[in-house]
Amino acid sequence: MAKVVMEKLNKHFGEVKAVRDFDLEIPDKEFVVLVGPSGCGKTTTLRMVAGLEDITSGNIYIDDKVVNQLPPKDRDIAMVFQNYALYPHMTVYQNMAFGLTLRKFPKAEIKQRVKEAAEILNIGELLERKPKALSGGQRQRVAVGRAIVRKPKVFLFDEPLSNLDAKLRVQMRVELKKLHDRLQTTIIYVTHDQVEAMTMGDCIVVMKDGLKQQVGAPLELYFRPANKFVAGFIGSPAMNFMEGELLSEQGGLFLQTMGFKLKIPEDKAAKLKSYPEKRVIFGIRPEDLPEAPAAIPNETIEVVVEVLEPLGSEVYLDVKVGETSLIARAEPTTKAKPHFKLYLQPVLENMRFFSIRDEKALF
Amino acid sequence: MRISENIAIQPGKRPGRRWRWSGLLEDRTVMGMAFVAPAVGLLLLFLAYPLILGIWLGFTDTVVGGTGEFIGLANYISLLNDALFWKVTYYTFLYTGAAVFFKLLLGFALAIVLNREFRAKGFVRAIVLLPWIIPTVLSAICFWWLYDTTFSGITWVLMKIGLIGHKIDYLGDPTNARIALIVANVWRGIPFFTIGLLAGLQTINPSLYEAASIDGAGGWHRFRHVTLPLISPLLAVVTTFSTIWTFADFQLIWVITRGGPANATHLYGTLSFQRAIPGGQFGEGAAISAFILPVLMISVWVCYKYMRREE
Repeated sequence: MAKVVMEKLNKHFGEVKAVRDFDLEIPDKEFVVLVGPSGCGKTTTLRMVAGLEDITSGNIYIDDKVVNQLPPKDRDIAMVFQNYALYPHMTVYQNMAFGLTLRKFPKAEIKQRVKEAAEILNIGELLERKPKALSGGQRQRVAVGRAIVRKPKVFLFDEPLSNLDAKLRVQMRVELKKLHDRLQTTIIYVTHDQVEAMTMGDCIVVMKDGLKQQVGAPLELYFRPANKFVAGFIGSPAMNFMEGELLSEQGGLFLQTMGFKLKIPEDKAAKLKSYPEKRVIFGIRPEDLPEAPAAIPNETIEVVVEVLEPLGSEVYLDVKVGETSLIARAEPTTKAKPHFKLYLQPVLENMRFFSIRDEKALF
Repeated sequence: MRISENIAIQPGKRPGRRWRWSGLLEDRTVMGMAFVAPAVGLLLLFLAYPLILGIWLGFTDTVVGGTGEFIGLANYISLLNDALFWKVTYYTFLYTGAAVFFKLLLGFALAIVLNREFRAKGFVRAIVLLPWIIPTVLSAICFWWLYDTTFSGITWVLMKIGLIGHKIDYLGDPTNARIALIVANVWRGIPFFTIGLLAGLQTINPSLYEAASIDGAGGWHRFRHVTLPLISPLLAVVTTFSTIWTFADFQLIWVITRGGPANATHLYGTLSFQRAIPGGQFGEGAAISAFILPVLMISVWVCYKYMRREE
């Protein structure tokens, strides 16, 4: 149970700046997810917290104590690795007990703790087996078990689910969340999978190119992305983006793109007034592009359907406006067919605008 | 049935003939044996035949240029009553034990050092292999020079530093000669351990060490609980091989001391050669080399047992 603070954290590998001026304050008991594409510095950040990677500059505090120079074993953390890193020559029991044995815990307590952890994770029958004789999901549990027997201040998870098949991943996602509920320990969790991030985290940190992009609760990131990258990264299918021009005409402010013209609602138009440029990036999520029965001037977009992706509860339409591809979500009852024309009526209140220069959200 | 009738009424074709050949070609057992046969033939001719002939010669009184008669265990009995043979046995075991021990120790240590990240890693690794690549006779000659009483480079350096005041008789004194040969063998054999074990160390997943250091393991514990258990099957294999080669060593000894001084540095191999070729006693020489066999078989068996246990 601990607060973790990162202050102006930097990590350079030679010329490569893996993590740049990273600040983050993680309150006690929080489940924080670091998410971003590969090479964004999330794993490096986690490894610096673990003490497996030197810090180029900056500070890491665990419970208000600077741990920069502390070796991993003295930081009171536990880590679950992507490849599980179970000791192949030891049984499950020995794997889980190893940390406690090294710390010279009494035998009875080790036994008690391993038993407890094994029960929580449902691996009681596997204790005498070697990792070789376990399935991927079981190994994952053992790796988690090895972490929880130590009752550390902070858990670090480095893409723990990425080696599991899709079904097991969904199941383990729920179990890890339950585990957090039960243990009430600070967790820092690294993943490249935004769905994992959204479903598990109390708080999500989106990273790109070593820089923190945005920190916030899952839905905050979804509805109020700070920039185009976060908007596109969070949510699946991703938000649609198009470049357009703002036109001040009679009757208000309009957005003109290559294929259509939309009237911008009054409140958004007011906020856009201070934006100095004419050109703008316009973003809208697939679910905000419902079908319209007929064309309405300045409110609908005329598109050509290319592909239908029926998922059962919904259908994704890959459509084209001029040269631009968009994805729209439709009801399973949709009559849309490939190569046919269709009208979409964007939910204008949910339009997002990003600066053409730095791709930051305009409001 | 229809098919066989069809074949039967075709004139000029012998039914079944072709079928039999293709059948043989499809047969896994037949083809397997056919593929293995050349290798088996070579092994029988060049390994099994000399080995069996050698063992047979040990039971005869064959001399160079003559034919021998079967004399039972006479060669062995006379060897067991030969004080020199016991002296050689002692040194053979000492030589093997000491050399393998130090090769293992130093080779493993070097492997661990080379497994770390440092500049010019590939270059250094290549250099380490040199003693292994150079023909043994060449390196033996170098050692012979280094051990020369008058011209020894070692003596020169030690005297320049001021550690010793007089020259050392490396090869003239039995104890010195014995140690000198073991040192030469260790030098030559270290790369085998280093390269073999280095390859093994590189297969150990680095995240195991990271997991161990988070679990609270320091350097020693990481070695003791991660490196050692994971490398031990390979350690057994490498040690067995080295034991076999060292025990049956010949070249180093023959070039540097020829078994001298006063037969202090003979191994089974050199004594066998000396008795059989210059001495002309084929039978006795063969009997001596037969003593190498049980030791080799035991080490292979130990290694095999050990590896099975690991699995």
